[in-house]
Amino acid sequence: MNDVVEVQNVGMKYQSLNGEIAALENISFKVRKGEFVSIVGPSGCGKSTLLSIIAGLLSATNGTVLLSGEKDIGTSLKIGYMLQKDHLFDWRTIYQNVMIGMEIRRIVTPEAKDRALELLKTYGLYEFKDKYPNQLSGGMRQRVALIRTLMTDPQILLLDEAFSALDYQTRLVVNQDIYAIIKQENKTALLVTHDIAESISMSDRVILLSKRPGTIKNIYEIKLSCDNRTPLSSRETPEFQYYFQEIWKGLDVHV
Amino acid sequence: MPRSTKESSLSLEHIAYLRRVRMEKIYIRIIQLMILVIALGLWEICANVKIVDPFITSQPTRIIKTIIRLYEEGALFHHIGITCLEAVVGFVLGTLLGTMIAIILWWSEFLLKILEPYLVVFNSIPKIALGPVFIVWIGAGPAAIIVMTLSISLIVTVLEVLNGFLAIDEEKIKLVQTFGGTKFQVLTKVLLPASSPTFINALKINVGLSWVGVIVGEFLVSKAGLGYLIVYGGQVFKLDLVMTSVILLGISATIMYQGVVYLEKLLVKNKV
Repeated sequence: MNDVVEVQNVGMKYQSLNGEIAALENISFKVRKGEFVSIVGPSGCGKSTLLSIIAGLLSATNGTVLLSGEKDIGTSLKIGYMLQKDHLFDWRTIYQNVMIGMEIRRIVTPEAKDRALELLKTYGLYEFKDKYPNQLSGGMRQRVALIRTLMTDPQILLLDEAFSALDYQTRLVVNQDIYAIIKQENKTALLVTHDIAESISMSDRVILLSKRPGTIKNIYEIKLSCDNRTPLSSRETPEFQYYFQEIWKGLDVHV
Repeated sequence: MPRSTKESSLSLEHIAYLRRVRMEKIYIRIIQLMILVIALGLWEICANVKIVDPFITSQPTRIIKTIIRLYEEGALFHHIGITCLEAVVGFVLGTLLGTMIAIILWWSEFLLKILEPYLVVFNSIPKIALGPVFIVWIGAGPAAIIVMTLSISLIVTVLEVLNGFLAIDEEKIKLVQTFGGTKFQVLTKVLLPASSPTFINALKINVGLSWVGVIVGEFLVSKAGLGYLIVYGGQVFKLDLVMTSVILLGISATIMYQGVVYLEKLLVKNKV
């Protein structure tokens, strides 16, 4: 089983008093182990809805989602979800914030505690473990949020516009940072973003969704000629502009 | 302070600035004290030279004498104690019950939709109008007064806390859900801790409201308490007693409010 996520014919309709809104239609794709896949699309195309369905937070109107070949009901340990803002809880210390997933799952074991400290140490946050979130910079907070997600040892990370709330410079640094951590921890990742450059710089594949109802318009294999690929070095490759133009044309933005 | 501690010699401008800030604080305190002293002094003098009639307005020395007399009779702390007890019990009950109802309404949106018009009506009724009803139902005594207090603060607490819950970022709740959190865990891990500023606000409002409830209750029916002393003093034209009670009331309510402020400091420390 090399496919961590398999989305089969997923469709989603929202009900409202003014009628039905078709958010997604006929979405099928796979994410292989270790792959970094991005989903881009115009705003309101149902990107985040798709992620919520994969995470088990919403149930699709039709179609199925397989996680490592198993049909899953509800949220599971296999999934790590990162939101736009870090949503660290102000009333918890960094360490307590990192542990919240384990607390909720009721698996606060000595091993889990060790793992939390280990991860904090590896990613340079150990000395901040007893500080509160508002004593940290935006980039550090996002790193804490990632460690919180990694604590449950998920098979796939779902990043829902995870960098959109950061200012541009911080964002480039955090892209670099999070990418390195994901690769080092050998995680599979699915990123939803509206930033074309960000999607190319981080991904192996980019899935382009159409306007609502969102369908898969195209899938781009990103092949860049550089060794030791990082988000920043990706941006310097000659192919980068080419992919950017292709996806931009595909997005077909009219204002 | 932007200057690092290494720099032992602060710039002259900075020293001047610090002195200005400190002096301003001292001036404020001095002027505050002066206002109090002048007001009490004028009151005393005006009463002594009969510009005002101390029988009607009372005067500071008479108030002090009244307090001493009450103390010697052993009635001072009896009255203060009863009123404070009623206020604190009403206040605590109002806050706890209000929070519990808010949790229930948050839990079931359906119930909230059903009860919404009733909440609006109960919130609009001047609860004081219910005073006679409580007395008949519960009987004349401290219990009726506590229920009076409770009724004044309860609905406000429910609305305040519920609004606090509903204002919490949906994404924070989503975060707990992504870890498979139950509704109960959303409540304990997010809603309650995130609502501590809301609770403090509700408490601050309730301190004021519960004193209103207690005094109104004591006006209507009581055999002891500061509200009783005010009504009794008014009826027998002992304005010294009325003024004394009002001042004791002011002091008690302030102490209770300061208690809430202290609680606020305990709750929010470390988190700034």
